[in-house]
Amino acid sequence: MLLRHGAFSYLPDLTDEEISAQVRYVLDRNWPVSIEYTDDPHPRNVYWEMWGLPMFDLDEPDGVLSEINECRRTFPNHYVRVLAYDASLGRQTTGLSFLVQRPAEEPGFRLDRTEAQGRVQRYALHPYSTEAVPGSRYTRSDNGSS
Amino acid sequence: MTSGRQSGFSMYRPGAEGTAGKTAPDETSEDEPAEPAEEVNTVLGADEKVDLREDEASAKVQAVLDRLDGELVGLTAVKLRIREIAALLTVDRARARFGLSASKPSLHMSFTGAPGTGKTTVALRMAEILHALGYLRVPKVHAVTREDLVGQFIGHTAPKTKEAIAKAAGGVLFIDEAYYLFRPENERDYGQEAIEILLQEMESERGSLVVIFAGYEDRMETFFSANPGLSSRVAHHIEFEDYRKSELVAIAALMLDRDDYKFTPEAEAAFEEYLERRLALPRFANARSVRNALERTRLRQANRLVAAEGAVSRGDLILISEDDVRGSRVFDEAAEPDAEDRVRLS
Repeated sequence: MLLRHGAFSYLPDLTDEEISAQVRYVLDRNWPVSIEYTDDPHPRNVYWEMWGLPMFDLDEPDGVLSEINECRRTFPNHYVRVLAYDASLGRQTTGLSFLVQRPAEEPGFRLDRTEAQGRVQRYALHPYSTEAVPGSRYTRSDNGSS
Repeated sequence: MTSGRQSGFSMYRPGAEGTAGKTAPDETSEDEPAEPAEEVNTVLGADEKVDLREDEASAKVQAVLDRLDGELVGLTAVKLRIREIAALLTVDRARARFGLSASKPSLHMSFTGAPGTGKTTVALRMAEILHALGYLRVPKVHAVTREDLVGQFIGHTAPKTKEAIAKAAGGVLFIDEAYYLFRPENERDYGQEAIEILLQEMESERGSLVVIFAGYEDRMETFFSANPGLSSRVAHHIEFEDYRKSELVAIAALMLDRDDYKFTPEAEAAFEEYLERRLALPRFANARSVRNALERTRLRQANRLVAAEGAVSRGDLILISEDDVRGSRVFDEAAEPDAEDRVRLS
């Protein structure tokens, strides 16, 4: 199941040129860009791990793209997203956020129903991938042939 | 387009496996044959001709070169080299239009010369030329020194150097006094790491960056001989000669003209004498010293006008008198040789 996360997630995958075009738009508006990664796809998992520090004062997207590629190399089976913060409102506001990498195989979610008091139903989303320990999720594509 | 698709990240799509031809990206590229077809059309036939002068880019380059001639006095050797480089790149563009092999030329340069010989100015113009010819995306120069590239502790250098490279992306990375990057006397110096990262960036085909190393000639020579990998990747070594006295006078005239000042004839003679004396002193920084000398002369002129009291005319404000020039410490025989540099407000 494809994780629909952030902007452009219902479009075909962005190529590197398209990513750099988006980053250029962000840099033109003077928003700092940061890169984040995670292997927990739960929609309520808002704070992903930061890849380095946010990048300030760039004019061209090349630097961001090289960082993205470095992050992809290090975490080939993680979700990686690009975030742009708009600080013009005086607080950290997400201006743009989109995925630049997803695992090859995404097992999706299970809906958990639990009984609460008075026959009330409570629902929870359970990502199948989180059944593995962090760091070893989404490795099936690597040894899928075996 | 297609190569971009491959280098881009490819997501898993249900049902797309094994039927690569039916995935969305490939379909779009098949639906839009306009782009590759256009490229095919632009390849000219063997019997066609291209007027290099008519090229829009070369007109822009010519404008930059003309400006270079106008604003930089002397430096004939440098100007010739830049003309040659611009001509080579223009020809490369024309070759590409005929479909002839035009491998991406190596554009990294080294500017060697004494301080104040115009290295930074020429780097700015170089960026404009390369931008006009399409080798750079922005006509921008990001000037750095050792402090901006080399870190203080282990693991600090790589992020710093990468940050500098990211900031210069699409333009020129101008490394002033580049020889400081390499310190042979200290084995554990982090400069070597910065050099290696720079090399990596300079080598990469996709790199959109032109690196210019600048510094004194003799020290740059030892720097390059100690880093043969670096030297071989720097295609153009341009030497900036010291200015002669007549050229320095012309530079002073240019600077004064730009700021709406004028020497009286006596002041001009005095300034020539000043230059003669200053040239004999150590730490002469060519055009930069001339500019500093003029700054001080302006200070003395302002001081004189204020002290004189009474109304001043437009001519008074423009003219610099002989006394303003002669007020310099250089004319003071008893002064120490380097007093001029230390006592700016004399």
